[in-house]
Amino acid sequence: MIIQQTLNALSLGSMYALIAIGYTMVYGVLRLINFAHGDIMMVGAFSAFVTYSVSGSFSLAVLVAIFVASITGILTYKIAYKPLLDKDAPKISLLITAIGVSFFLENLFNMLFGGIPKAFNYPKFFDKLIHIFGAVTPLSSIIIFVVTFIVLLVVLWFLNKTKYGIAIKAIAFDMNTVKLMGINVDFLIILVFIIGSALASLGGIFYAISYPSIDPLMGVLVGLKAFAAAVLGGIGSVSGAAIGGFILGFSEIFVVAFFPDMAGYKDAIAFFFLILVLLFKPTGIMGIDFERSRF
Amino acid sequence: MFKVEKLVVNYGVIQAVRGINLEIKEGQIVSLIGSNGAGKTSTLNAIMNLIPKKGKVEYFGNDSSKLTTDKIVKRGISLVPEGRRVFINLTVDENLDMGAFNNEENRIILKEKMYKTFARLKDKQYQLAGTLSGGEQQMLAIARALMSEPKLLILDEPSLGLAPKIVSDMFKIILELKKQGITILIVEQNAYAALKISDYGFVIENGEIVMQDKAKNLLESKEIINKYLGG
Repeated sequence: MIIQQTLNALSLGSMYALIAIGYTMVYGVLRLINFAHGDIMMVGAFSAFVTYSVSGSFSLAVLVAIFVASITGILTYKIAYKPLLDKDAPKISLLITAIGVSFFLENLFNMLFGGIPKAFNYPKFFDKLIHIFGAVTPLSSIIIFVVTFIVLLVVLWFLNKTKYGIAIKAIAFDMNTVKLMGINVDFLIILVFIIGSALASLGGIFYAISYPSIDPLMGVLVGLKAFAAAVLGGIGSVSGAAIGGFILGFSEIFVVAFFPDMAGYKDAIAFFFLILVLLFKPTGIMGIDFERSRF
Repeated sequence: MFKVEKLVVNYGVIQAVRGINLEIKEGQIVSLIGSNGAGKTSTLNAIMNLIPKKGKVEYFGNDSSKLTTDKIVKRGISLVPEGRRVFINLTVDENLDMGAFNNEENRIILKEKMYKTFARLKDKQYQLAGTLSGGEQQMLAIARALMSEPKLLILDEPSLGLAPKIVSDMFKIILELKKQGITILIVEQNAYAALKISDYGFVIENGEIVMQDKAKNLLESKEIINKYLGG
């Protein structure tokens, strides 16, 4: 049973990790909790749903989902956040705007597709059962974990080894000085929104495969939990967000596995852990001390 | 080569810079001196377009007052900000790479040159910049600014918080940079050290230029001696 549950936890944790990275990266560059991020994941899932229904090609569906989610992310930044940043508006105005964008996206998709959950179709090979160390699991959970792992490595490589990634890390500490390096900060922020949105759309597709239905509010709770994962891991840190995501995935699955009576409290577990970690380590596990930064 | 005309900076209702004019000739070291709160840093941030301003900034005859900060840097002006502001979460080497963000072709050669000029940085090239001493951070900040190969280098309070020995080493390096043909604008509270290596000087008080002359004359002026040189 342990192996079985571990596989479940890995795939659930992968989804949280993918979505948490977007929260943490946007926070890193803008000091903004992008509450619309969970809905970007929903936009990705719906884009995949529509594309797959129309074209029958799942790989095309994934590409379109990444593309549409990225565009939505860019537009959110350009239309909703940038004008406020240019005016040097208080951070709280940005936060309220983010919540506004979230409501807007949820209601837009409610209008377009209706609020009733839709069955999410995907190629049958995802359901193929795999026997591994005596456990049985659908191929999808292996794919989800492997893809997430690869994506994480690529993102970490990008942030630590390329000059664009290093500049993004530098923005987190001192945006004005990055400008003084002759760097177009706006371009890097857009890059952050693209990476975050692309990862969220992957998370959305994985979520839709695991609970094969989607609805316009699917991003709300998952988004909040991924946000909890980002804070748990230390907001601003990408590896922290991934670790936070997996901690949440494991705790959710194992608490329910060992204490089936607690199943009803499944969704509360994320927030319980969040409070617990913050009590003892306010900056989170991989916490970045932004007090020392001069944003 | 560089001209500022009627520069005005407002913070809400407070006018920090009240229509100042500056002119810098190519190949010179020019100082802008003044006490704390006189408007020195505001002037520099306005020149780099980091803060909103009114007025004209001209560089090699081209109006650069409307350009974004990154474009101004690409044109050849580099500012070493007050308080050094090295990227403390990046290594010394990565800090230099950031300085050469748009200068990929000369990045490696320039880095070698910087490690030669600032030998202490070489031993620490893979350390996080946050672990360096104040003097080393100032050297790194200057080296980083030079990585874009600027024609005009602006230094904001480079001597702030540094030991006298380190200050004199740094000013020697600045003189050396002048010999290499870089035009330099130094903004300082430490008027004596700055004027001593400068060709020309401006004195700023309450957001206005109250005096300007050859640095040599300013060093002998009674008013300057009384006010800024502790005489």
